[in-house]
Amino acid sequence: LVATAEVLALDDEEDDLEVFSKDTSLTEVNAFSPSVPISPSSVINQYKFEDGPELRDLFITVDDPESHITAIETFITYRVVTKTTRSEFDSSEYEVRRRYQDFLWLKSKLEEAHPTLIIPPLPEKFIMKGMVERFSDEFIETRRKALHKFLNRIADHPTLTFNEDFKIFLTAQAWELSSHKKQGPGLLSRMGQTVRAVASSVRGAVRNRPEMFTEMNNYMETFSQKINLLDKIAHRIYKEERDYFNEMKEYGPIHTLWSASEEDIAESLKGIASCIDRCCRATEKRMAGLSDHLLPILHEYVLYSEILVGVLKRRDQIQGELDSKVDALASKKTEKDLFSEEIGKLEDKVERANNALKADWDRWKQNMQWDMRSTFTNVAENNLRYYEE
Amino acid sequence: MEDCLAKKMEITVSEAEKRTGRNAMNIQETYTAYLIETRAVESQSEGQCAPVESLWRRYSEFELLRNYLSVTYPHIVVPPLPEKRADFVWHKLSADNMDPDFVERRRIGLENFLLRVASHPVLCQDKIFYAFLMQEGGWKEMVNETGFHLKADSRLKALNATFRVKNPDKRFTELKHYSDELQSVISHLLRVRARVADRLYGVYKVHGNYGRVFSEWSAIEKEMGDGLQSAGHHMDVYAASIDDILEEEEHYADQLKEYLFYAEALRAVCRKHELMQYDLEMAAQDLTSKKQQCEELATGTVRTFSLKGMTSKLFGQETPEQREAKIKVLEEQIQEGEEQLKSKNLEGRDFVKSAWADIERFKEQKNHDLKEALISYAVMQISMCKKGIQVWTNAKECFSKM
Repeated sequence: LVATAEVLALDDEEDDLEVFSKDTSLTEVNAFSPSVPISPSSVINQYKFEDGPELRDLFITVDDPESHITAIETFITYRVVTKTTRSEFDSSEYEVRRRYQDFLWLKSKLEEAHPTLIIPPLPEKFIMKGMVERFSDEFIETRRKALHKFLNRIADHPTLTFNEDFKIFLTAQAWELSSHKKQGPGLLSRMGQTVRAVASSVRGAVRNRPEMFTEMNNYMETFSQKINLLDKIAHRIYKEERDYFNEMKEYGPIHTLWSASEEDIAESLKGIASCIDRCCRATEKRMAGLSDHLLPILHEYVLYSEILVGVLKRRDQIQGELDSKVDALASKKTEKDLFSEEIGKLEDKVERANNALKADWDRWKQNMQWDMRSTFTNVAENNLRYYEE
Repeated sequence: MEDCLAKKMEITVSEAEKRTGRNAMNIQETYTAYLIETRAVESQSEGQCAPVESLWRRYSEFELLRNYLSVTYPHIVVPPLPEKRADFVWHKLSADNMDPDFVERRRIGLENFLLRVASHPVLCQDKIFYAFLMQEGGWKEMVNETGFHLKADSRLKALNATFRVKNPDKRFTELKHYSDELQSVISHLLRVRARVADRLYGVYKVHGNYGRVFSEWSAIEKEMGDGLQSAGHHMDVYAASIDDILEEEEHYADQLKEYLFYAEALRAVCRKHELMQYDLEMAAQDLTSKKQQCEELATGTVRTFSLKGMTSKLFGQETPEQREAKIKVLEEQIQEGEEQLKSKNLEGRDFVKSAWADIERFKEQKNHDLKEALISYAVMQISMCKKGIQVWTNAKECFSKM
């Protein structure tokens, strides 16, 4: 399906919007999603994930971590359940077990196939800072949530969702997947890519880089800095709140103890003690809100910023290829056109993906922040309700 | 209710000033002097304001006044002074005696002390107290002339009494337990409160970092820019709000501290009772033994072993004249002793009565004050939450506009 899309795109002029609409019509034919209005402004709208289940035709969940112990190693597998109405899937429901390595494989295949698209981040291999053990419940749960998000982001991406390897990942049995993995370009070609990447970066800043991408690079630099800072700040706040919580735990019982020596004011003291305890619980909720919502999202975007830097580099690299080919094949006009188009199409792809994701991104952040603030406002309101004489 | 000084007179400790001077050991030192202002309330007819009198006093003079009062009125729970050195500080507050915040809180504490003494039905009538308020020069000499130092009981004596007394009034024993418990629970509470304040301060202040980063981030965003910027502003407001909140809480902490120190005053009254009781018991014991001696001499029987008895056996009895003389002396002593015992008993009962009356008064005052303090603490917390709600509601709005 991906190939078809590419062919269609090649036929078009480099008109972003029309290419979009072509992609959409393809989606419409194959899925039962209601038609999306095709207008320039709504192009951005198409990329909203959270528009409601009616637009989705692929539902994925990641759950049920299980540990497996073999002679060589111990590892965790997760259950991946897929429900779909797409006709290219043989069945409407699939359940498979996958381990982290499989996710890594999927990601690298996607990167290979779409070097200038923004592939969502995977949770890291293991966490350096903090005393999180590889197999602690907390770690597994965090990872599971991130993996779930990873697959869903791919599913919602207009191009990636039709990737063949993605489909195999969701549907193949363990042995099928292993054998499929063994095919494919393999290590050498990947190494080749890396070499080219290194070579192009050695060549220095790409000339002819369109203004837009220079802007993006600058943006990414600042963004990456800021998001890292925010991540640090959020973690710091979490830590401070936890320390606060720990002290508060002691604070309430003192009042209860005091009330035992008093008569007249015993009731007031007990009242205060119970209020303090409720504050403790509210603080716990607040902390949970942070760690469930804010921290994972900030972390995801930290990873995203790294990915984007990589994407921009690859884009540069591709353009570098274009440029060098242009120089080298100045005489052979026809070939140049072919290459030019090919490169041009890729550039547009990047651009589209970039913009789409950016708009999406903003909306995402908005939702996220909104959630976080709701949590906080909730806590403050709870505090108010809780505090009485 | 007798007319307290507080009703007749406005008393304030209005200012504090740093001074340098030479102290008792002729060493240069810096200290803080406090201005006490008084104004008679009575003659305020037709809008006429009585003249304000004022004088300066330093902390050590307050201490002297309080010592005097404690010794002269041992049956009264004498109001405590604010702390000498800053205790229970959390990291932002300094423990420096010269720190302006500390001086300010101490000024309030000293004023509170004077008001409490002035509203006490017994203490307010004391002349030394009056002179403290009105007469700057020569006051110290006046206090020393009362010779109150001599009346003071030695610490050792008091400790001894505590361990050896046999029949103290049960109420005082209970009261002593209570004051111990009160002291320990309040100091524990203040310690934890200080730690909680520290942590809360941390939570608020880190949010201030958001403000900065948001603002920097908003520079590169187009649609999100405004929302981020204004949200950042609210984060700054949030971070700054903790300073006022915690300052208010210090006031609450001071109210608790007063009762922490009151516990000490309570204990002092109990100790005095124990001392008197012990004294009484000793005197009674002494009398009993003298009576016994007398009896023995008179009847010639030796009921208890005594060296005298042995030696008289060994070296012969005394002459009847000697014995008569001894009996006479003892009888006189017994007479004295009985009178003393009677008066001591009376003293003791009076003490218990008046002390207990003051203790009841104190209990009422304590319950009232503490209840008010707890209520105001709750109110403070509510206001803190309301502020929090406001800030976060604003922030939420900004975020949703991003």
